[in-house]
Amino acid sequence: MSAPAEPLPEGPSPLDVAALDAAVEAALADVAAATDLEALKAVRSRHTGDRSALALANRAIGALPGPDKSAAGKNVGPRRGRVAQAIAARQAELEAERDERVLREEAVDVTLPAGRRPVGARHPIETIQERIADFFVGMGWEIADGPELEAEWFNFDALNFGPDHPARQMQDTFYVDGGKNLVLRTHTSPVQARSLLARGVPLYVACPGKVFRTDALDATHTPVFHQVEGLAIDKGLTMANLVGTLDAFARAMFGPEARTRLRPSFFPFTEPSAEMDLWFPQKKGGAGWIEWGGCGMVHPNVLRAAGVDPEEYQGFAFGMGIERTLMLRHAIADMHDIVEGDVRFSTQFGTEI
Amino acid sequence: MPLVVTEWLGDHVELPEGLTAEQLAADLVRVGLEEEAVHGAAVTGPLVVGRVLERVPEPQKNGKTINWCQVDVGAHNVDGVPASEGGTPRGIVCGAQNFDVGDLVVVALPGAVLPGPFPIASRKTYGHVSDGMICSQRELGLGEDHDGIIVLPRLGFAEADLAPGQDAVALLGLGDEVLEINVTPDRGYAFSYRGVAREYAHATGARFTDPGLVASLPTPPPSPNDAGFPVEVDDAAPIHGVTGCDRFVTRIVRGIDPSAPTPAWMKRRLEGSGVRSISLAVDVTNYVMLDLGQPLHAYDLGQVVAPIVVRRAAPGERLTTLDDVARTLDPEDLLITDSPGGARGSRVLGLAGVMGGASSEVTEATTDVLVEAAHFDPVTVARTARRHKLPSEAAKRFERGVDPRLPAVAAQRVVDLLVEHGGGTADPAVGDLDTTKGPAPITFPLGLPSRTAGVEYPREQVVEILEQIGAGVSPGPDADSVLVIPPTWRPDLTEGVALVEEVVRIAGYDRIPSTVPAAPGGRGLTAEQRTRRSVARALAEAGLVETLSYPFVGEAELDALGLPESDPRRRAVRLANPLADDRPLMRTSLLVTLLETARRNVARGLPDVAVFETGLVTLPGEDAPVAPQLPVGRRPSAEELAALEAAVPAQPRHVAGVLTGRRDHAGWWGAGRTADWADAIEVARLVAERAGVAVSVEADTETMPWHPGRCARLVVPGGTVVGHAGELHPKVVERLGLPARAVAFEVDLSALVAAASGEPVQATAVSAFPAAKEDFAFVVDAGVPAADVVAAVAAGAGELLEDVALFDVFTGEQVGEGKKSLACSVRLRAADRTLTADDVRGVREGVVAAAERVGAVLRG
Repeated sequence: MSAPAEPLPEGPSPLDVAALDAAVEAALADVAAATDLEALKAVRSRHTGDRSALALANRAIGALPGPDKSAAGKNVGPRRGRVAQAIAARQAELEAERDERVLREEAVDVTLPAGRRPVGARHPIETIQERIADFFVGMGWEIADGPELEAEWFNFDALNFGPDHPARQMQDTFYVDGGKNLVLRTHTSPVQARSLLARGVPLYVACPGKVFRTDALDATHTPVFHQVEGLAIDKGLTMANLVGTLDAFARAMFGPEARTRLRPSFFPFTEPSAEMDLWFPQKKGGAGWIEWGGCGMVHPNVLRAAGVDPEEYQGFAFGMGIERTLMLRHAIADMHDIVEGDVRFSTQFGTEI
Repeated sequence: MPLVVTEWLGDHVELPEGLTAEQLAADLVRVGLEEEAVHGAAVTGPLVVGRVLERVPEPQKNGKTINWCQVDVGAHNVDGVPASEGGTPRGIVCGAQNFDVGDLVVVALPGAVLPGPFPIASRKTYGHVSDGMICSQRELGLGEDHDGIIVLPRLGFAEADLAPGQDAVALLGLGDEVLEINVTPDRGYAFSYRGVAREYAHATGARFTDPGLVASLPTPPPSPNDAGFPVEVDDAAPIHGVTGCDRFVTRIVRGIDPSAPTPAWMKRRLEGSGVRSISLAVDVTNYVMLDLGQPLHAYDLGQVVAPIVVRRAAPGERLTTLDDVARTLDPEDLLITDSPGGARGSRVLGLAGVMGGASSEVTEATTDVLVEAAHFDPVTVARTARRHKLPSEAAKRFERGVDPRLPAVAAQRVVDLLVEHGGGTADPAVGDLDTTKGPAPITFPLGLPSRTAGVEYPREQVVEILEQIGAGVSPGPDADSVLVIPPTWRPDLTEGVALVEEVVRIAGYDRIPSTVPAAPGGRGLTAEQRTRRSVARALAEAGLVETLSYPFVGEAELDALGLPESDPRRRAVRLANPLADDRPLMRTSLLVTLLETARRNVARGLPDVAVFETGLVTLPGEDAPVAPQLPVGRRPSAEELAALEAAVPAQPRHVAGVLTGRRDHAGWWGAGRTADWADAIEVARLVAERAGVAVSVEADTETMPWHPGRCARLVVPGGTVVGHAGELHPKVVERLGLPARAVAFEVDLSALVAAASGEPVQATAVSAFPAAKEDFAFVVDAGVPAADVVAAVAAGAGELLEDVALFDVFTGEQVGEGKKSLACSVRLRAADRTLTADDVRGVREGVVAAAERVGAVLRG
C-alpha cells in the first residue's frame, strides 16, 4: 500500500525567466553550501526532484500553447542542465574529499614489526659449495659426488699413495675398526678415481664434499671439513690450463683482482705438484698472498689406476678447503661458528652467498 | 722439520752478505722448500766477553758460598774504559765455583734478555749490587750443562781471539734467526745442509760445491780392505723383494781422548740446528748427518764382537733402545747384531736405521770407535719407525731415501773430525759391503716439459737443468729423447714426469701462463644434485635454518633416542681411532646429532628452534666383506671393483629437521602458534613434493624416537618407507632436555630421488569452464584414517574432480561416542563444457557411495 499521491504544487511559469533564474540561483547557492555528500543529496532532491521549481516549470511546458512551447523549452532545459552540472561537480569534489579522509583515517604504524612467519636460511658451507658448483658447471664441467666412508684403495692407492708411502702417514686418517680397509676420506680426491673409472675420458669434474682428519677442533681446524676437488683429463691439457682454471675460479670467488700463484710442492697423485697461493686484496693488514690449496698435473699412476693411457691423456687436479675459502671471503674469525650449528650463524647468510 | 743455520749453509753455497732468515725463506720457497717457521734470536741485548779480575769467596748462612767478582768487560765497564786503560770493572755476584781469576767468561749485562725469556737487570743480592750475570751454557740455551759457568777457552775458543767487551752473541751464534723448513716426502735429500745448499743454488744461481762427493774431501777415503770390520747382511725376508741393507761402510778410529770437548763452532751449529750436544763422538756423527744427510752410528769398538750381522728379528726377540724402552721386535724389523762368544748375530745392537741399543753405545770411557755408515731400505725403516713409534732423525732420512753413494764420504768426514778434535788415529781397516745398484736410466723426451707445462723450454735449457740437479744426460734412442741417469740422492726421480717437475720448477713456476681450457660442455647438475638444492631451498623458505653437525655418535646418543637393541640404526660403523672415545660410531640417522644442535640452540637462549640438516648416514650391511687391498698403478678388474664397492657401506643422503617452541612468532598481532606434529609432517611432505614424489602418509605406532600416537611414516608408491615425521616421544624429549612437544622429521633423500620418475611432467590442460563446489560432511568411526576418507571421496568424485580438501574435523555428542565428523569440499570442473545439475548430482552420488565403502556416512 502506498500513500495517495499528494498533488504537485504550482511552480513558476516556464516563460517567467526571472523566476527561473531565481530558482537556478537558489539551487547553485545550495549546491555550493553543501559540505558533505549527505547535504548534497538533499540539495539534489530539493532542486532537481519532481517538486523542484525547475522540474515543475518543465512539467508545465507540456500544457503551454504550441508557439510558447519552444521558447519555454529553451528557457528551462539549459537552466536544468546548469543545476545538474553543478551538482555533479560538487558530488565529485565531495567524494574525493571523503575518499581522502577515509584513507587518512585508515593509516597504521607501518614500522610495527611484521615478522609473523619465521624466516629460514641455508648454511653458508652448503651455499658456497653450490656457488662453486655453479662456477664449474658454467665452465662446462660436471659435479661429482662420492662416499665419505671410503675404501682405502680409493683414498690412497688409486691416488698413488702406496701402503708404505710416507705421505700416507701424514694424512691424520680416521680408520674403520676391524681391519675392513675402510677410512673416512681424508680428501675429496678419491672422487677423482671414481669419476675416471665411472665416466672415462675426456673428463672435467669438480667434487665438493665433506672430508675428515684427526685434528681437534680449534679456531682454524676442524676434524670434519669440506674441500672442492677439480679434475680435468683430456688430450693436450697443460699446467697453463691449470693456472687459467685457478685464476678464473679465484676471480669468481674473490672478485676481479684475485689471482693465484704456484709454488713447487709434493702430492703423490700429481707431478709436477704445486701449492697454490691466492692474491687476496681484502687480507687483514693489506693485500697479500695466502695459501689456498694444492694442485698439479695428474700423476700417470692415477691415470693407470683408472685404465687411462697416460701417453695419450694428461690433465690437472686441484683442491682447496671450503671452510678456508668461506672464512676468507666472509671474515669469519673462528671455526667454532661454522661447525656448532648455532642458527644465528647461518641466519646471517640467507639463502644465497 | 729441519732447521737451517744460515752460517753453516754458507759452507756449501755462496751466500750474500747479511742474508736474513726471511730472505732465505723467500728464496727457498721458489723451488719448493716451504718456510715452517723463523725462530727468533736466542739472546738479545748486551752479552759480552768478560775477564775475571777479582774473585772473593763469601760463605753464606745457608751454607752456600758466593763469589763477589770484579769483571773487566772492556768498553762496557762502569766508566766505559777497559781495565787495561785504568777503567773500573763491574761487580758481579756469581754462585759457580768452576772458574778463577784471569778466566774469560760470558757476561750478560743489564738490558740483555736470555732464553726463557729471562731479562737481566742490576739487582741487590747477598749484600752487593750485582751489575750483570756470568752465564752457564744452559742459561744461554747452549746445552744442558749447568755445573758451572762458561769458561770460553774450555769451549774451544783460542784466548788470542777473545777480548773483554767483545760481543758474545755473535761469538756464540746466539743472535741468528734460524729458518725451519718444511720438506715434502719426495725430497729426503733436503734433510741436510748439502741438499738445502743445492736448492738454494737452484733458486738463486749462487755457486754450489757439493760436499757429498769424494772429490770434495780434503783427503780421499782409503779403499776398502780385508782388515775392515767383518759385516754380513743376511736378510731372509726382504720387503717387496728389496734387501734391507745394500751398503754398510765401517771405519775405526782409535785412541780418542774421551774427555775431548766438542769444538764450540760445532756445538753452536748443532744447537742452532736443534740437536743437543752430547759427547764428541756422538756430536760428530750428528754433525755429519745434518751436513750430508747420511745417518751414522758410533759404537764402542771394544763392545762389538765380529761379525756384525744385519738380519731380520726373530719372533719375540727383544731390545732395549737408547731411549731406555724395552721393545719386543717384529720379524719385519731389520737389526744390527753382533756375535759375542762366536754366536753369529746373537746380540741385538740396534734397529737398523732407526735407533741403537744401549749395550754398544759410546760412553765416557770409549777410546776406540767403530763408525757405521750404511744404506737401508726405506720401506723397512719406515715400517719399523712406525711400528715402534720412533720417528728418529735417522729414520726420518732413511724412510725418505738417502744417497747410497754417501756412506764412504760421510764415514771419512767422521773419521777426519774425530782425528782432528778427539786426538784419535784413523785405523787403516776400511769395510765397505756394497750391493747398491745405480739409478735406472730414464728415456726422456725433451719436448715433454713444454707439452706438460704449456711453456716453451729450449732443448738446451732442459738438458742444462737436468745436469744442474745432478743428473747424467746422454743421447737417447732418438733425436727427440735423451737418456737421463738421475742423481743418486733423488730416488723419487723414477719416470719422465718427475724430471718434468724438475725442469718446470727450476725454470720457475712463475713462467707458466694462465689459459682457461675449453671443456667439451657438460650435462649440468644431476637430478639428485638439483633435488638436493630444491629441497634445501624449500626448507629454508619454509622457515627452517640449515645447520651442520659432526657425524660421530656413541651408544649413549642411540640410547637417548630409545632405539631398541634390534633397531637397524644400532648397526653402525665403528672407528678405530675416534676423536672422542665415547663417540666411536658413524651416525646412522641425522636426528641423533641434529637433536643436539637443537638442544644447543635452546641452551643458548633461542627457544623457538627450526633447524634442518642434509648429510650422509652410514649404514653397514650385516657381514660386509673386507675391502680388497689392490696395488698402485693399474686399473682393477671388474671383479675387484665390484668387491671394493661391496665393501663400502651404503651411505644414503638424508634430510632431517627439528622444530621446538613457536612455529609462528608471537607479537603485537597475537600469541603465535606452537609447532606441533602436523608441522613436522607438513615439512616432510614438502621435501617429498620438491623431490617430485607423491608420498602417502600412514600412522606409525612403533618407531623410535617418535610418539607412538603422533608419528607418520612416508611411503613411496611401491611401498618403500622413506621417512618419518611427527612429535618426538616424551621420554626422548625428556632425556634430551628439549622443550616439551618437540617435533621432528627425517627422510631418506636418496630413496626419494630413486623413487622419482625423472620424466618431464606431462601437463593437463587448464579448463576455463566454470567450476562447481560441493561440500560433504561424513560421520565415521574415530579410528578410520582421514586420509582413507579423503581418498574415497576423490575416487568417488571421478574424473570431474579438480580438487578435494578436508576442512573440518569434529567430535562431540552430536556425532556420537567413538565417532568423528569429517567435512570435505570438492571442486569439480569439466574440460569441455559447463557442468549441469545432473553432472553434480552424479558426483554427489558417487562420493557418498565411495565414502560408505570406508564406513563414512553422509550426515543428514
